[in-house]
Amino acid sequence: MTDKALSIDHVSKNRGKTCVLDDITLSLAPGQRVALLGHNGAGKSTLIKSILGLTPIRDGAIRIGNATPGSAQARRDTAYLPEAVSFHPALTGREQLTLFAKLSGSKADVPGLLERVGLSDALDRRIGAYSKGMRQRLGLAQVLLGQPKVALLDEPTSGLDPISRQDLYAIIDELAAQGTAVLIASHALTEVEARTDRIAIMRKGRMVADDTLNNLSALAGLPIRLKVRASANADALAAELGGNRINGASVELLCTPEDKMEALRRIARLGDAVADVEMTPPKLEDLYRHYAQEERT
Amino acid sequence: MTRFLAITRTEMLILRRNRWLLVATLIMVLFALALTFAGSAPTGTLGVDMLTVSVASMTTLSVYLAPLLALMISFDAIAGDVDRGSLSLLLSYPAGRGEILLGKFCAHLAALAFAMTVGFGTAGAVAAFFGGAGPESLMALVRLILTSILLGAVFLALGYLLSALARGATAAAGLSAGLWLVFVVLYDLGLLGAVVMDKGGAFTQSVFPWVMVANPADAFRLWNIAATEGVAMASGMTGAAQALPVWAAPASLLIWPVLGFALARLAFRRVEP
Ligand SMILES: Nc1ncnc2c1ncn2[C@@H]1O[C@H](COP(=O)(O)OP(=O)(O)O)[C@@H](O)[C@H]1O
Ligand SMILES: [Mg+2]
Repeated sequence: MTDKALSIDHVSKNRGKTCVLDDITLSLAPGQRVALLGHNGAGKSTLIKSILGLTPIRDGAIRIGNATPGSAQARRDTAYLPEAVSFHPALTGREQLTLFAKLSGSKADVPGLLERVGLSDALDRRIGAYSKGMRQRLGLAQVLLGQPKVALLDEPTSGLDPISRQDLYAIIDELAAQGTAVLIASHALTEVEARTDRIAIMRKGRMVADDTLNNLSALAGLPIRLKVRASANADALAAELGGNRINGASVELLCTPEDKMEALRRIARLGDAVADVEMTPPKLEDLYRHYAQEERT
Repeated sequence: MTRFLAITRTEMLILRRNRWLLVATLIMVLFALALTFAGSAPTGTLGVDMLTVSVASMTTLSVYLAPLLALMISFDAIAGDVDRGSLSLLLSYPAGRGEILLGKFCAHLAALAFAMTVGFGTAGAVAAFFGGAGPESLMALVRLILTSILLGAVFLALGYLLSALARGATAAAGLSAGLWLVFVVLYDLGLLGAVVMDKGGAFTQSVFPWVMVANPADAFRLWNIAATEGVAMASGMTGAAQALPVWAAPASLLIWPVLGFALARLAFRRVEP
């Protein structure tokens, strides 16, 4: 077990009568980036709080390296970005980060870290005057303190503009490169999550998928969409190819990844009857929807 | 090991930044000065120096103000962090819950001590300058300041307790107002009613003084009154003080902060951020 930065072993938890974590198993190797996806209320934040020892679990075991959640060792080894975090509005970014550095016992370059997340202009401004995205960046800065073994980021992209998301991705990579295992919880699959090493998907407290993006796509068998534009007669084309007419001039076909080439060959054989072909692979959103919504047994 | 000091420093910064320290100190100075001048008239008739009378008036003031100021800082201590979502982050750091609470307590107590010392100190100095002071009345002033800080400590701890029990900072503020009303106003009214009903019976003789001293606000009053003949005379309340052993009031006022802090710590343990 020691080779795992984080191991979650058959963990269950109830809140009142509802089972919010149902037999969850997940592990992260050092330096691995894993996206934890699931709709609102799936149990992502609860799982992260269980890892931090902030909320008790009913069954199963969690280890951060060899340490139990909430132990002094585990708290030294974990970094956490809470969902929609806020800080005391009277403090400046520098003061808040200095407090965290002192608490973590690390000798930190506070201005350097704030510059790293793009807050160097706001260093000595009060957090009360920060935007949501700036507070999120401040939260991210404290994740970088003191080389954690495990970083748990709860909805890190919320409130960030597209450019900031690029920065976030760079920071996640930097953490992973120094050997930190990074778990990123999110309620939607975006580019950031898609560029992780593995994707775990939760649905109503259960883990319904845990694999690489490629494997998940193959497993899901989501169709590829081919849009064929006819040069003259779209009806004839639809009859020939067996697809649906979608507007005056086009036909839409759905095919599995294995059948894709065969479909393209058939289209090519039609010669001049086809003016154009447009191919759309399954979108990340479709993949996520497939796993997060479909009942799987 | 010194992590709580990092919390203390940050909390002090917050109290200075949001002007709490300034406002609390100003309130203390203004009220203490007003009472000192208002109470200066009967000095001659009682035959004591002006500082003695001033301390007696300020004792009455402190019973109301020290708990109020303490609760005003402490109600937000835990519930506010829960509301902001920053408590979960704070608790993910190596500092334990006890250290966090202790760190806040040290900062808040230091701020209260500052406001009390400056407020009562200024009024005391003014009284001594205009109406004279003796070693005994100076002692009474020092005792007033120290016991006011202790009384503040009690209500800081009780404020943390409510802050840990309440759902959200607004609820904690409401509970704190209720707590203040019960300890400072309703408790004494209830006791007074009981004494009137009892018509000087067994309750008034033996139980009443102990029930009274069990309330930290009354213990504060008793301690200050019993200790000084002059203050006791000036405030005209000596009956209850004489019925109790001298250690009763100090014991109550010293036990309460420890008890309150322990209760707050227990309640904090059960807070799930
Ligand atoms: N403090 C709480 N008290 C009671 N129920 C909660 C609490 N926090 C979350 N829940 C419930 O637990 C379930 C999982 O919530 P959460 O872990 O926050 O989901 P996610 O982060 O995936 O959106 C939800 O049904 C939610 O209503
Ligand atoms: Mg969540």
